[in-house]
Amino acid sequence: MSDNSSNSAYWSANVRIILISLVIWALVSFGFGILLRPMLSGIAVGGTDLGFWFAQQGSILVFLGLIFFYAWKMNKLDAEHGVEEE
Amino acid sequence: MSQFAINLMFVGASFALYIGIAIWARAGSTSEFYAAGRGIHPVTNGMATAADWMSAASFISMAGLIAFTGYDNSSFLMGWTGGYVLLALLLAPYLRKFGKFTVSEFIGDRFYSQTARIVAVICLIVASTTYVIGQMTGVGVAFGRFLEVSNTTGLLIGACVVFAYAVFGGMKGVTYTQVAQYVVLIMAYTIPAIFISLQLTGNPIPALGLFGDHVASGEPLLQKLDAIVGELGFNEYTAHHADTLNMVLFTLSLMIGTAGLPHVIMRFFTVPKVSDARWSAGWALVFIALLYLTAPAVGAMARLNITDMMWPNGTSGDAVSVEQIENEPRYDWMATWQKTGLLDWEDKNGDGKIQYYNDKNADMQAMAAEKGWEGNELTKFNRDILVLANPEIANLPSWVIGLVAAGGLAAALSTAAGLLLAISSAVSHDLIKGAINPGISEKGELLSARIAMGVAIAVATYLGLNPPGFAAQTVALAFGLAAASIFPALMMGIFSKKINNTGAVAGMLAGLTVTLVYIFLHKGWLFIPDTNSFTDADPLLGTIKSTSFGAVGAAVNFGVAYLVASMTKPIPQEIKDLVESVRVPKGAGVAQDH
Repeated sequence: MSDNSSNSAYWSANVRIILISLVIWALVSFGFGILLRPMLSGIAVGGTDLGFWFAQQGSILVFLGLIFFYAWKMNKLDAEHGVEEE
Repeated sequence: MSQFAINLMFVGASFALYIGIAIWARAGSTSEFYAAGRGIHPVTNGMATAADWMSAASFISMAGLIAFTGYDNSSFLMGWTGGYVLLALLLAPYLRKFGKFTVSEFIGDRFYSQTARIVAVICLIVASTTYVIGQMTGVGVAFGRFLEVSNTTGLLIGACVVFAYAVFGGMKGVTYTQVAQYVVLIMAYTIPAIFISLQLTGNPIPALGLFGDHVASGEPLLQKLDAIVGELGFNEYTAHHADTLNMVLFTLSLMIGTAGLPHVIMRFFTVPKVSDARWSAGWALVFIALLYLTAPAVGAMARLNITDMMWPNGTSGDAVSVEQIENEPRYDWMATWQKTGLLDWEDKNGDGKIQYYNDKNADMQAMAAEKGWEGNELTKFNRDILVLANPEIANLPSWVIGLVAAGGLAAALSTAAGLLLAISSAVSHDLIKGAINPGISEKGELLSARIAMGVAIAVATYLGLNPPGFAAQTVALAFGLAAASIFPALMMGIFSKKINNTGAVAGMLAGLTVTLVYIFLHKGWLFIPDTNSFTDADPLLGTIKSTSFGAVGAAVNFGVAYLVASMTKPIPQEIKDLVESVRVPKGAGVAQDH
């Protein structure tokens, strides 16, 4: 632990990215897919509504985006804080 | 050539391929047996993880559960993919940095306690064994159909094959075999779906066809489906009927459970670098999503096809006649599946026709009385047969049917093998070498690993004869157990420097116990039929079914761990340093055995 202050800045940046990602994660699945579905019922998608689409397709696509975003963002953050692997 | 011969050819060829690869890449040392020397590229690892992950539950069972329930079972889709987000963000990179072989090693070291390690091993064994029971249910259905024998005989034959297959090699054999299995599995799932989507909607991509127009009627497919199932007294396909609280908890249990299952987490120990562990989770989900985006289309389209088949003259015309079922080639699948004991019909009112409708619906009962129907005559349609029967129902070419048989077996076998590996490494590496007899020889360790596999499969086969539910439902219980026990301990181990040894042990034990008891109260003690006090139709706590309880168990685990830790001694400095070092990728060497 040579550089604790840099490590803690790195860690809080990481936790912030995780929190933002998890808010989106919950919003598309539990939100749009289940709890907020009645609010989206006005938006028609192929014979049904947007909530149904999120529950069966949309949430999965957003999950994919989130994981790749996180991997990209963190690999950049590793380099910025000098904690990447040799 | 008969369909049986074609199935045999496809299944035989795919098996020859897997076994060939397993022999070619046979594990030598213990380190190779567990983690394949860590030389695996993230994309390869992602594909193997996907094969490992997508089991009989995803391949054989899930679309059937969606087909007969509709929107309400979307939980399976969101739950089993959303867990990868948790895995990628909260666990995978840190566990790779920690750099040992198994999940329980992390728990043992982080909570500086041999007891914590043993409790973690027990949690892993309980969750994995439950999971294998679900797989065996699927194996029984697949072998029963393809050998044209009863479900029970199919299960027994399948168990022997799984065992022979799993003892062949360790993870390295399994990694490359699983890449081959993924390819077989995904082709077997998507090719029939593409055919059916073209037939019904003219769109070659099933995920888009689902939201497209039904060619025969010109209406949107889902609207058409809502209308015809409604006319037979069933719930509208796209509408929300399930209890919302239970649906949310169920989805959450599946998500947390995904991130707590040892055979999936173990995969992330096998990539070369921490940054690769992050990418690996993404690649795994790419390969998984190919199936999961297709599954809801398979479900909806199969439901439409089955309804059309039972009501060839429309829901207001005459039902299909017994004579048609017996003589017309497009109804042949019904006779073949009848042999497995998983599909059946009975002309209750003796009118020579088979009326399929919801006889629990009051309006339908009134209509049935008027027309002289005496109840639903499609008396049995096991949800687990839908995917395997689907190409036959849609009248697809016989090579597609053979391919699906091979794919179903690949899905069940790959996961069963991965789980047996996790169970055997938990017993031999963590329990025997780690706690009971540290001086055990490599040979002795491998032998005990294989004995553990044998015992696990025997138990799972025995319980698989009377499974607690359809394959995907049993598997969901395993996820609940993993969610309540392992995930919270791992997460607190990384994200908190306050949780100490006693807190973690108390949390895991509390989470596992409440969840296990809740499940046994509803599904029977040790899953033995008729020993249950409650049913999922009328659960103990409000509307929370036993399959959804994992999320509650996880909350109990977090709560107890926090409370106990705040009342006992704080964690030592060297463990705080360990947590610090796990949090940064720098210095991740080649992970070591100990």
